[in-house]
Amino acid sequence: MLVAAIMALVVVASLLFHFLSPWRPTQIASNWGFIDDTLALTFIVTSIGFVAVVLFMSYCLYRFRHQPGRRSTYEPENRRLELLLGGITTVAVILLLAPGLSVWGRFITPPEGAMEVEAVGAQWSWSFRLPGADKHFGSTDVRFIDTANALGVNPADPRGRDDLIVANGELHLPEGQPIKVLLRSIDVLHDFYVPELRAKMDLVPGMETYFWFTPTKTGQFEILCVAYCGIGHPQMRGTLFIDSDSDYRKWLAAQKTFAQTRKAEAF
Amino acid sequence: MTDVSIEDDGVPSQEVEDVELYHATSWLTKYVFSQDAKVIAIQYACTAIAIGLVALVLSWLIRLQLAFPGAIPFIDANVYYQAVTMHGMIMVVYMLTAIFLGGFGNYLIPLMIGARDMVFPFVNMLSYWVYLLATLILAASYFVPGGPSGAGWTLYPPQAILTGTPGHEWGIILMLASLILFIVGFTMGGLNYVVTVLQARTRGMTLMRMPLTVWGIFTAAVMALLAFPGLFVACVMLLLDRTLGTSFFVPAIVEMGERRDYSGGSPILFQHLFWFFGHPEVYIVALPAFGMVSDLISVHARKNIFGYRMMVWAILAIGILSMVVWGHHMYVSGMNPLFGFFFAVTTLAIAVPTAMKVYNWVVTLWRADIHFTTPMLFALGFLITFVNGGITGLYLGNVIVDVPLSATLFVVAHFHMVMGIAPVLVIFGAIYHWYPKITGRMMDERLGKIHFWITFLGAYAVFFPMHYLGLVGVPRRFYEMGETAFVPHSAVGLNIFMTVMALIVGFSQLIFFYNAFKSLKHGALAGGNPWRAASLEWQTPETPPGHGNWGKQLPIVYRWPYGYSIPGAPDDFLPQNAPPQRGEHAT
Repeated sequence: MLVAAIMALVVVASLLFHFLSPWRPTQIASNWGFIDDTLALTFIVTSIGFVAVVLFMSYCLYRFRHQPGRRSTYEPENRRLELLLGGITTVAVILLLAPGLSVWGRFITPPEGAMEVEAVGAQWSWSFRLPGADKHFGSTDVRFIDTANALGVNPADPRGRDDLIVANGELHLPEGQPIKVLLRSIDVLHDFYVPELRAKMDLVPGMETYFWFTPTKTGQFEILCVAYCGIGHPQMRGTLFIDSDSDYRKWLAAQKTFAQTRKAEAF
Repeated sequence: MTDVSIEDDGVPSQEVEDVELYHATSWLTKYVFSQDAKVIAIQYACTAIAIGLVALVLSWLIRLQLAFPGAIPFIDANVYYQAVTMHGMIMVVYMLTAIFLGGFGNYLIPLMIGARDMVFPFVNMLSYWVYLLATLILAASYFVPGGPSGAGWTLYPPQAILTGTPGHEWGIILMLASLILFIVGFTMGGLNYVVTVLQARTRGMTLMRMPLTVWGIFTAAVMALLAFPGLFVACVMLLLDRTLGTSFFVPAIVEMGERRDYSGGSPILFQHLFWFFGHPEVYIVALPAFGMVSDLISVHARKNIFGYRMMVWAILAIGILSMVVWGHHMYVSGMNPLFGFFFAVTTLAIAVPTAMKVYNWVVTLWRADIHFTTPMLFALGFLITFVNGGITGLYLGNVIVDVPLSATLFVVAHFHMVMGIAPVLVIFGAIYHWYPKITGRMMDERLGKIHFWITFLGAYAVFFPMHYLGLVGVPRRFYEMGETAFVPHSAVGLNIFMTVMALIVGFSQLIFFYNAFKSLKHGALAGGNPWRAASLEWQTPETPPGHGNWGKQLPIVYRWPYGYSIPGAPDDFLPQNAPPQRGEHAT
């Protein structure tokens, strides 16, 4: 009796916690509302399952608790019931999977003409690179990395000279413009994470990864690294500024090209 | 219809040959270097519990740091990451795997299938000693320069072997050596479990008459034999990268401004190998738990397990599917994003057989005769935590929903609920259930119930709210969160609450240990079959069973292990080896 009640209370308390808790996803600031929608759908479908199973269990515990003279019913199988339950579950799984996969399809396909930005991780700081006036990144290699060239841009590649190097961990992007973020690490695994964007991806040394998003709100957001990258991992922070067009242009104009940073270093 | 028929006696004509046992002649060979599966089981279980207690204490350090950052002087970032790494590795591999397969597998398989012992008793003994050695080497890493590895329990390279990671000097080498040994030891044990189930079943014990516990352990052992080699080669290659400077997993990199001599390796290759082991590992732990919980529910609800054949097929389906889902740990790892489609489909497909198991457990309670014994309570606690943790798996398996949640506390909450709390509840339930067979005495029910409620409600209160911090976006593997605008201040209070609950749950385990030790001498005498259970292990001529389990003659099995409340039968249970009775029908 008491056991049944407590088990049912666990469900009630869980639901209350869900509705009353102040801990909600951050306000979204990108085009990935679809992700939030899929998450919401998942919450609904799975909560129904959880509540139904545990409440049914609690009912059984109450109704069929041992009492003098009780004997259980011998019922090894019930094919119809099993097929029915299996069918419902399959439908629920498809209901979750179909929208999930379709959103994933969008997630991995950046729109044509998305603006490219490179984020580079190193223990334990963020740097960024923008392609400059020619809209092309210069090639890179860890062989070229030194104090004057922290991102390893190939000095011999003409496309790299006008690349803008942002070494202070502060990235500015214009609102409303689809952005394809190219990710590169020069030492260990890192992960570019801004909770408000929803999108995230690992930075893997030896290869280039990517993700894309369209910022939908101006403001200032924290960039965290969420792939464990050693003792300084929690300190690896950056800031993402989503600017209006004019603010963005102002910021852009103040950035140094790769060629300029080389010259400055030479003096 | 399920196999309860007694046509032709229901007993295959072929007899299992009686094995010749190695008879121990001294105290040392009987209790220390024993070749008796039951003794080896206890050795395995005690070692696993001992090292598990170390991991429990480490979890307190983690929780204390999260609740009171910087307040405890000796918990610095090094200690924190070392605690996280060792806690995870110990719990998953050295505690859960070892206790389920080495502990319960060794004890229950021979008894439940009517065998005298494991098929290769000497190899079985070696398996334990190699496991013990592996555990000691792992523990030794606390005493070497630099301390144990703090690479995170997944040991991802390149970071695991580079400076800037705690324990990169010695700790990581000992960790890898220990894992390699563990797998060697496990392989010896695993071969025994598989061959014993296939070859040493007694007369009448057909595969479809085996208790689900044996099905779970058997399938898990097969999976482990397939999955652990992935970890084995990953460990060997990482060890070579660390010691000889090979570049299996490390590309050309610059570390702290200095060019390292590595080039050409792939960090993602390690992740594939690791998770090819790591995901099946979840089910290597879960399947034995599934099996054991089926038996506990059936016995204590005095009802046949509902849908036995479906349960067996579900175990096999889960076992097979779990080998092709490893990539769902790598959705945001940078692997080819097209894999996301494949792994999301296979991962969510597992939900169907898993849900069928849950339904069948719950339907077993329908029209049952439920006794709220301690083992039953633990089984019920498992049901709730498992369903809760299982459905959050649907969030993380569905690739796009995983993107924002990966690497947050949501993941930590999910896997602690589903493969931490749920299996541990089964372990406790199983110990309370089989303790009388092992020792001949009952454990105290009142203490058992107190232990259950504190453990179950306390652990639920730790990990249920943790999901919500993950939803906010609080990342895992942060030694300290610092000032972060998107985390509301109220999270501090929640963290303190979770830590207090974790401390309470941890300390409440003393009740269990007190109960287990006290009952050894002072528990009520159990008799051979105190729960009036139908499966074979309760029908031994002696309790605790002697060497060779069955006295002169192996038992003969006539029916399945879930013969409870059979219509027409005088008692509410019919042991598997009781000769067929009049009125026993094929239905």
